[in-house]
Amino acid sequence: MDTSESKKKEYQKSVKNLSPNSPIIKNCIWAFFSGGAICTFGQILNNYFKSLSFGEDNTALLVNIVLIGMSAVLTGFGLYSKMGKHCGAGTIVPITGFANSMVSPSIEFKTQGFILGLGAKMFTVAGPVIVYGITTSIIVGIAHYFLAG
Amino acid sequence: MINMQKRLGKHTVNIEKPVYIISTAALAGKKEGEGPLKDYFDYIADDIMFGEKSWEKAESKFFKKAFDMALKKSGKTYNDIDYMLSGDLLNQCGGSTFGLRDFKIPFLGIYGACSTFGEAISIGSMLIDGGFAQNVLCGAGSHFCSAEKQFRFPLELGTQRPPTATWTVTGAGAVVLSSKGKGPKVTCITTGKIIDMGIKDAANMGAAMAGAACDVISAHFKETGRKPDYYDVVATGDLGEVGKALLKKYLAEENIIFKNNITDCGLEIFDNEKQDTHSGGSGCACSAVTFSGYYYKQLTQNKIKRILLIPTGALINTDISQQGETIPSIAHAVAIEME
Repeated sequence: MDTSESKKKEYQKSVKNLSPNSPIIKNCIWAFFSGGAICTFGQILNNYFKSLSFGEDNTALLVNIVLIGMSAVLTGFGLYSKMGKHCGAGTIVPITGFANSMVSPSIEFKTQGFILGLGAKMFTVAGPVIVYGITTSIIVGIAHYFLAG
Repeated sequence: MINMQKRLGKHTVNIEKPVYIISTAALAGKKEGEGPLKDYFDYIADDIMFGEKSWEKAESKFFKKAFDMALKKSGKTYNDIDYMLSGDLLNQCGGSTFGLRDFKIPFLGIYGACSTFGEAISIGSMLIDGGFAQNVLCGAGSHFCSAEKQFRFPLELGTQRPPTATWTVTGAGAVVLSSKGKGPKVTCITTGKIIDMGIKDAANMGAAMAGAACDVISAHFKETGRKPDYYDVVATGDLGEVGKALLKKYLAEENIIFKNNITDCGLEIFDNEKQDTHSGGSGCACSAVTFSGYYYKQLTQNKIKRILLIPTGALINTDISQQGETIPSIAHAVAIEME
């Protein structure tokens, strides 16, 4: 096999041509409706808790607890990954996806103990989200303080 | 001095003394046991944990059971085996070493990613032909869950697999090579070079490996003078749909044209449509189990006479890949023939 740079470029082009693409439109439609359904469900919970006079702050907290709890349980029963296969971004982007990203490595690494296994590895997927989420919020906070003062 | 009767070229050696594959064992997981080759496996484990507490331990158990079974079928004992050769995808070849630690047979652990089965038979045959051994036990295996855990994302993470992704085969295959006995013979070995065509996408390993397969196949035919129709079957390891299409394209550029005798173990072991395995099967077990189960029986039942088995491997290191490197690949060709 010729491994010159020009041949490699040509090869990579062939790879692109011969590799089927992900069905983007289908994936988008699934993501739109499934993500929308999760958010709608969250809104229903929100209205329900408000109707019970929990107040603005507690209602937001309760909605999150219920969604995260449900996602964790579904992940534990192996159902969230099955949903994720079709829903894609629809189940990754809402807060349920975040819960799934914490619970799924925890399940896998439990065999390596509670400290170095479960405790350390549960952040392998969610860790970067936390780090950059906090970093961004600090930057935005500082900017807001000086600009919008 | 190199024996030029044995050495046919830069990549290829002729196995002069007879090296027979006197027995094989093919153990597979549940999903493989639901695929097109289900009737050819010696044992199908219904449980992905194989009665163990972790996937890694389950993988080790596959090795232990496959090697034991191949040995038992050969009629040999532990004492008759001079060397044992094995490898897998887990770090430090953990599947093999933990699974085979009680065997008390001189052991050479090898790593060629998913090409390991070809590497094991290659070295084993050369050991026998070189007069260093009479009986060699060779094998390879993999486990879908432990491979996903090591190389990709947690299993229960709700991600989508792209259509180019392959599905790691769960199972282990083992063969007993012997200087005496009955069965198909290993006649010729073509050892591949590391080929890197600049592919970075770990979800398209067929594309990364097709270059290596093309290189070793073209070297094999050049150095042996054989033609593609010499073999009843030419089976690559785990290129899948994408890799196979690429391989055919680049072999045609070198004027190596196959009729219908080229296939891929990854396309034989699963029904991609029904089993949702996307581009096909992969992993060390893919070629090991497909050969040990299916093709070995095809040979001994005289349904085919000659096969060129080419296990293919993507030599991924997750740390180095994350540093932006491309994926080097390898493939080894082993010619196996009935007399």
